[in-house]
Amino acid sequence: MKRFFNIHILLTVFLLIFCGAAFGLSEAYKGNIYNPGILKPMDSILKVKVGDPAPDFILPSISGEKISLGQFAGEKNVVISFVPAAWTPVCSDQWPGYNIAKGFFDKYDAVLLGITVDNIPTLHAWTQQMGKLWFSVLSDFWPHGDVAARYGVLRSDGVSERALFVIDKAGIIQFIHVEDINVRPKLEELVMELEKVHKK
Amino acid sequence: MNKITRRLLVLFFLVMFTCTAASATKPPSEGDLLPEIVLTVPPILDQQKYLGLSSETTFTIPQIKARVVIVEIFSMYCPYCQAEAPALNKLYDKIQNNSKLKDRFKLIGIGAGNTTFEVEHFRNTYKIPFPLFPDDDFSIHKKIGEVRTPYFFAVGINKDGTHRILYSHPGRLENHDQFINMLLQRAGLK
Repeated sequence: MKRFFNIHILLTVFLLIFCGAAFGLSEAYKGNIYNPGILKPMDSILKVKVGDPAPDFILPSISGEKISLGQFAGEKNVVISFVPAAWTPVCSDQWPGYNIAKGFFDKYDAVLLGITVDNIPTLHAWTQQMGKLWFSVLSDFWPHGDVAARYGVLRSDGVSERALFVIDKAGIIQFIHVEDINVRPKLEELVMELEKVHKK
Repeated sequence: MNKITRRLLVLFFLVMFTCTAASATKPPSEGDLLPEIVLTVPPILDQQKYLGLSSETTFTIPQIKARVVIVEIFSMYCPYCQAEAPALNKLYDKIQNNSKLKDRFKLIGIGAGNTTFEVEHFRNTYKIPFPLFPDDDFSIHKKIGEVRTPYFFAVGINKDGTHRILYSHPGRLENHDQFINMLLQRAGLK
């Protein structure tokens, strides 16, 4: 009983201190963002590794067309940015940053595919608040999280990890980064990896 | 008092203490002093000159050679900050092109949660002429109450080096002329 209380007290204090961790949310979203608090940093096991062929997929996008990974084979390097869910704090910050980073993707002959497990209407509304995005936003809603699951980044609560995959023109995975779900990955790490893939 | 009651009381006081501590950091209030924000002196000579800084490695905002320092808390990742960037460049030009304002008003930006690379990318994208500083670990952002971005505050610096916050507000700046006039009045410069 004593141990239970000690642990309980420690956990409560820990959550109160850290549940308000900063995420620098834009005024653009005002009160529309749901803050789930601090989550378990990672909650899945990767099913692919660097050097593997990237699992192909076809997903609907918010522009209405269906996008497959295979359509870029031989043409473009591909960055897949899985983000956990629409209308959540860190995710709402990540893609607008990529929206002003198109120059890096162009320089290294790459396209960006943003994927969440949300449905198309939700993604439409959410991305409208980010402004016009230059990259494709795909819905992995049904079968729910199927693509995320095949890459091994589907969490036990049905959302995906915050993960980046860089796939070269031959369709081979060259970089995997599964970030702590509570943290936004640094832009320079992705840019550095894109440069490496482009140089190969 | 039995053991369970005592432990519940301890828990209650710990929660109250933590809540008080957590709410201690709030956005800067007009009339108040600014929490201590230590920034690294920019490596670019023109920016050192603009801020009137010597060769020290770090400085605090009241050390900037100015009567009013306008601070934007921004993020490279924030759509409103991206939209605001060209307008802020115009505000900078308006100040720099006015001989009565040029030496008295300075403008800086602090990138909440942004690395040096991200801040530089933001600067290059929007050709921002005034100094921008990274706050990659959110340590400054936490000191000023984890405000949404963009957030603006202005610091009035007296001739004796004392200072106070003249303005503190979330969201974009609407009318630059009114904004400058208001700061001139609040700083006692008009």
